[in-house]
Amino acid sequence: MTGGPARNAPSGPFGMDERRVSEVEGPLAVELRGIVKRFPGVVANDGVDFALRVGEVHALLGENGAGKSTLMNILDGLYQPDAGVIRIDGQPVAFGSPRDAIAAGLGMVHQHFTLVASQTVTENILIGLDRPRFRLRLARYDDEIARLAETNGLHVDPRAKVWQLSVGEQQRVEILKVLYRGARVLIMDEPTAVLAPQEIDDLFGTLRSMTAAGRSIIFISHKLGEVLEIADRITVMRRGRVTAAGLPATSVTKGQLATLMVGREVLENLERIPMPPGSVALALEGVEADGDKGVPALRGVSLELRAGEILGIAAVAGNGQSELAEVVTGLRPCRGRVLIDGQDVANRPVREAIGRGVSHVPEDRTGVGTAPNLSIVDNLIMKSYRASPIAHGWAMDMSAARGVATQLKDGYEIAAPTIDTEARLLSGGNLQRLILAREIDSRPRLMIAVQPTRGLDVGAIESTHRLLLERRAAGAAILLISEDLDEILTLADRVAVMYEGRITGQFDADEADVERIGLLMTGASAEEAGAIEAAPASRGAV
Amino acid sequence: MSAGPGRPSRWAGSLFSVRLEPRLYAPRWLSPALTIGAVAVALVLSGIILAVVGADPIRVYAHILRSSFGSIGVISDTLVKATPLILTGLACALAFRMRLWNIGAEGQLLLGAWAASAVVLLPIVPAGTPGFIVLPVMLVAGFLGGAFWGLIPGFLKARFGVNEIIATLMLNYIAFSWIQYWVFGPWTEGGFQMTKQFPPEAWLPRLDDLADTYPVLSGLTVHTGFLIAVAAAVVLWFVLERSAWGYEIRLIGDSPRAARYAGIRIARNILLVFAVSGGLAGLAGMTEISGVVHRLQDNFSPGYGYTAIIVAYLAKFHPLRVVPVAILFGALILAGREIQPSGVPAMIQGIILFCLIASEVFLRYRVSIVRRAPVAAEAR
Repeated sequence: MTGGPARNAPSGPFGMDERRVSEVEGPLAVELRGIVKRFPGVVANDGVDFALRVGEVHALLGENGAGKSTLMNILDGLYQPDAGVIRIDGQPVAFGSPRDAIAAGLGMVHQHFTLVASQTVTENILIGLDRPRFRLRLARYDDEIARLAETNGLHVDPRAKVWQLSVGEQQRVEILKVLYRGARVLIMDEPTAVLAPQEIDDLFGTLRSMTAAGRSIIFISHKLGEVLEIADRITVMRRGRVTAAGLPATSVTKGQLATLMVGREVLENLERIPMPPGSVALALEGVEADGDKGVPALRGVSLELRAGEILGIAAVAGNGQSELAEVVTGLRPCRGRVLIDGQDVANRPVREAIGRGVSHVPEDRTGVGTAPNLSIVDNLIMKSYRASPIAHGWAMDMSAARGVATQLKDGYEIAAPTIDTEARLLSGGNLQRLILAREIDSRPRLMIAVQPTRGLDVGAIESTHRLLLERRAAGAAILLISEDLDEILTLADRVAVMYEGRITGQFDADEADVERIGLLMTGASAEEAGAIEAAPASRGAV
Repeated sequence: MSAGPGRPSRWAGSLFSVRLEPRLYAPRWLSPALTIGAVAVALVLSGIILAVVGADPIRVYAHILRSSFGSIGVISDTLVKATPLILTGLACALAFRMRLWNIGAEGQLLLGAWAASAVVLLPIVPAGTPGFIVLPVMLVAGFLGGAFWGLIPGFLKARFGVNEIIATLMLNYIAFSWIQYWVFGPWTEGGFQMTKQFPPEAWLPRLDDLADTYPVLSGLTVHTGFLIAVAAAVVLWFVLERSAWGYEIRLIGDSPRAARYAGIRIARNILLVFAVSGGLAGLAGMTEISGVVHRLQDNFSPGYGYTAIIVAYLAKFHPLRVVPVAILFGALILAGREIQPSGVPAMIQGIILFCLIASEVFLRYRVSIVRRAPVAAEAR
């Protein structure tokens, strides 16, 4: 056992052999040994070993494209390994499909939910099962599921329709789904990516109570802080290989993990140069708008954003910040005034905002930000195909378009075989680089960035932040909408908190108090939170 | 990795199972190879059915080939049949590119034919006007007639979100009845369901017209409409692949939300695409009555606008590929008449379409047959 392949041996200060430890510390729920999976042009898993003990939370850490998801898809039966052995409770297994994996007590909670919005929680959980056979005696199942939810600390009403649930609750339904199928090992693929801070705490509580009940959890993530908080042990992957196996979470620091993950030291030392106050680039005056379901999403929002300034909007998902971005970019009708450089552009066509130098990094990268089946070229020229050098009257100069695309692909390090690769084949980080390349390269005067780094790895976050600050230094006004408070506090000059479609507080970033912002984000009134309305805008130096 | 979820499927065998794994990259040769393979499989399947009903498939196929490509005369006839198929095929290919399921090419063809007839019969240009004026006016009228018929579902879709499949299909029946009204009523030739013959100025020139100078061309029915159709294919190819509008159509077709985000006006493009698509189908109606029938009559189209759907699909919505595919189907229609009035050729067409659609699965998934051994291959 100790004679494992040398290339997987952890190096440096973390020279701990997890196999020896695991032999000492109890039985293994899952053991993957020498897993190899090749895709055309890539070795996604190159001799990966992974061991999960019974009753632990084991984090699988790695950047996008490191091979975490491939490894877990192999464990879940979606892919067949080209080589390697899988053992569950010590028994070798070969899964032909996720169904086999479920039968063996493995359940995967995917990052993207697979729920039917118009059905109840119970109905969603029962989908695909053999029971009930004919008569839907749902009430009986409701009770059963309520009990299961309670014993695992997953508070959700089995009779509620899924569309009525918050994202956190929907995730609980996904977890219940696999628990109901008898899963003893849960694979959680970036479960916190969609959650608000409070919901993350709830999730961690649930995970702890599940491990206490003898279940084992594989926690896939690339967020170092939460991995250190929740995991018992950590396995780090990079470029298809394991760089550290089964490190006890208590023995490492964030910095060490980042180094293992990225392969070099990551220092987020971002320079935020002082900027003189510029002219007002964006002003909202009493803007009201309805959300997709026709209920008011913005209820009288007034804001001011100046050139050379980053205004961070802090809000929990669904409090109107997405609609705010759409109103400014012309995608959503509204009442009130939206002034860009003093001109009212409310309810004007999207094209007009683009023409005024407004760029938009949208929240939904695959549905809005890119066209999945079109090439990288087609996706990169989405906003520039009407202008020189690509446009020649009504004809398009395709060689100019390819030139632009090649330049952007190289300049923004979009990793893809060619510029003709379809966008859907790009990893999350590369897709976001594509969008950023397009939106930043247009040298916008006003940039609306919605969740620009969600789901990105450490290296990509760092480069995205740097790009945003470069734009700011070039005099652009940036509206940064993010659920990541740390990100806002790192980048923004001012912070505005939104709750239920209203701005509930504005702060200068260096006076901002995380706790107070957190309270405002969750609906405490300004008095309760003791907020001080900062003088709007105008502060230049940082 | 970025691959979507796999679709494992287990077939009964206990030792082997068939697995579909999503493909990340499809090699360039795969798509044309699959098309040819699908057609070949379709011909084998059709052959089996032919054999079952007691015909010799080889002889049937040989007969089809002979009667559509066997001599200059029949090749010319094949091209005549292909002409409306090219134009309606282009109409469908254009709309399908934007995921507008215009299955109303038949109705748009009929309205185009009606409008072109109106030029002569209403009349819009006085009798005795020379051909170089009448024919262009008829062409424009044909295009506009089809475009108008396309704009109706286009407007309903753009303004009210009415499903274009239903709207275009229903409009086909209205167009059919409209033609019947005119050929039975106001324009009837002595009570028969046809109009009087157009004056020769309103006939598209045929190769046969040159027979006085070049006797070898005698009897060749292929008319200028074929050139118009091929030219339309080239123009449409250029527009789709090389123009900003073609790019917008591509973008809307793949992701309307992304297109809106990029500042593209979707409603406007729905109207435009429907107008041009209908117009192309309308041209097919004009060339058919002016180049072949020389009058408007009941049932002059044997469903070109429906066959066009298959043609567009087979051509993968690519304008230049529409031309050879339409010629193939033109041959099938022509030879079909020789073999059997309706059954066999329609069956072959149907089987080709089925095989083609089924073959798409190989483009998206890699199919592998794996041994269901108790343990995956031991690595070491």
